[in-house]
Amino acid sequence: MEKRRVYFDNNATTPLHPGVKQAIMEVLDVHGNPSSLHAFGRHARMLVEEARGKVAAFIGAKPDEILFVGSGSEGNNTILSILNSQCRMCEYNTCSGKELVTTKIEHPCIMETSKCLAERGIRVTYLDVDRDGKVDLNQLRDSVTLRTGLVSIMMANNEIGTIQDMKTISRIVHERGSLFHTDAVQAVGKVPVNVDELGVDFLTLSGHKIYGPKGIGAVYVRKNAPFCPLIRGGHQERGRRAGTENTIGIVALGRAVELRASEMADEEKRLRRMKEALRKGIAEKIPDVHFVGHPTDSLPGTLNVSFEGAEGEAILLYLDLAGIAVSTGSACASGSLDPSHVILATGLPVECAHGSIRISMGRENTFDDVDYMLTVLPDVIGRIRSMSSAYARRQ
Amino acid sequence: MDKVNWAYTDTVLEHFMHPKNILADEEAFQPDGRGITGNVKCGDQMIVAIKVDRDRGVITDCRWKTFGCASAIASTSVMSEMVKGMKLEDAFRLSPRDINKELGGLPEHKIHCSVLGDKALRAAINDYYERSGLHDRVEKEEARVVCTCMNITDHEIEDAVLEGARTYYELQEKTKVGTVCGECKDDVERLLEFYKNKHFCATNAAGPVNP
Repeated sequence: MEKRRVYFDNNATTPLHPGVKQAIMEVLDVHGNPSSLHAFGRHARMLVEEARGKVAAFIGAKPDEILFVGSGSEGNNTILSILNSQCRMCEYNTCSGKELVTTKIEHPCIMETSKCLAERGIRVTYLDVDRDGKVDLNQLRDSVTLRTGLVSIMMANNEIGTIQDMKTISRIVHERGSLFHTDAVQAVGKVPVNVDELGVDFLTLSGHKIYGPKGIGAVYVRKNAPFCPLIRGGHQERGRRAGTENTIGIVALGRAVELRASEMADEEKRLRRMKEALRKGIAEKIPDVHFVGHPTDSLPGTLNVSFEGAEGEAILLYLDLAGIAVSTGSACASGSLDPSHVILATGLPVECAHGSIRISMGRENTFDDVDYMLTVLPDVIGRIRSMSSAYARRQ
Repeated sequence: MDKVNWAYTDTVLEHFMHPKNILADEEAFQPDGRGITGNVKCGDQMIVAIKVDRDRGVITDCRWKTFGCASAIASTSVMSEMVKGMKLEDAFRLSPRDINKELGGLPEHKIHCSVLGDKALRAAINDYYERSGLHDRVEKEEARVVCTCMNITDHEIEDAVLEGARTYYELQEKTKVGTVCGECKDDVERLLEFYKNKHFCATNAAGPVNP
């Protein structure tokens, strides 16, 4: 088969949708500051508020419950920072809770922030997950108390794609009088998300995961929910996020969710078929593989697979040389040998965690990409295993 | 996009694409010395097997296998070529820096992956000495306990530095060194500087490949 370029790393970031690109080009010359009272400013303000309406509508929120931020990470940091916010400086409701309940499989921007909060006296509980990456609901029931200020559980996992039972979780959290935040950066725009149906009080989403540009995200904050700005010193976003609005990014995000609304349903079905074909093909062609993540409750295009005796970064680079882009949770790629905390949390043996790759498909991928992957991957794994000290031992 | 730089040198790429001297069949090879280092749980492992011309004290063949990343594969491949024809005592002194030089330099954060090969080689040479009754030539690398509370050795400090620890706090994160009584702090900080210098000193190490 002829060499081709296949981008299978859509959970890392996505290519810009041509429609979003068009919207960006149209707004590039709108230079007015949305806070200015003159016509230049009012024009920008109008575009920002239009986009806010689109984002709100896409997740079933009201426009004034949406605030724009610079990234998903900023959004998540912002929400975690409401814990123990008892000062009366701002007009917002405070949150006196000194305990945070989260999980062992969150994105680093939640994990690292939780560690930092723990250093500042917040008590943090990290919930376990099962083999498929689902949160232990009994542990959740036992962990959330009246002292729990916030429960933060990601809706869909970036590495293994598992989607949590959001409605059950939000019921448990609310029965115990706490608040529920979800990092929905990977879920929004891939599966239906409605804040009322899910029962969340806070939700984070990001532009570049849904064919929008980098550097723009949004946070949903339920009306009257406690809040505490992370970035202070400006009246923008009704005082909740200082800094002149990123008009271009905001307009692009508005257009991105609008396009998702019309394309998502068909694409979800198509991606699920492609993923099944890939899973089946890998299982047939390559022995000793482990699929990680829930078999059905999972992101449509995300497939995490571990190959015994093959190290993740080596797989990644051999695939890269064949034109295929995937990612690995095995962090040899990032300079330490710590395997992915997500894969480890599912209970997969450490040696398997080192050999896992994440294939994340998106709107531009086709069945031809799947076929190409299935032609290249068995050779790559065979080649690595032929020089593997960990695979020979098993034979 | 084809103009995007490969993160490694051409030599690394060549050895990654076409690794030399893989130990395909251990029984057929019948090594005179065999060494193993690392383990799969830690994310990398290396087996090195050598044949030795006893009269000349020279390595005649070197084969290897690894559970490791691109850098481990390339550096061990190049090392297996370098040591053929080398005297045992010279091969024993081969350092990651020598291998790195031959490769044209690895990115700094990948250097820790390249030290497995020479470690396994030293183990293989020692194994050869043991097998041939040359017990007095066996050189053990004695580890010194630095932190008595957590039983952490200087070798563990060195490994942590190779894996990316650059500050005392990062060392503690990785090894738990000095987290109980803290008396070893000065000693650990000296070792930290020493190993940073040994492996990453800008004037000696082959610098990063790409600007």
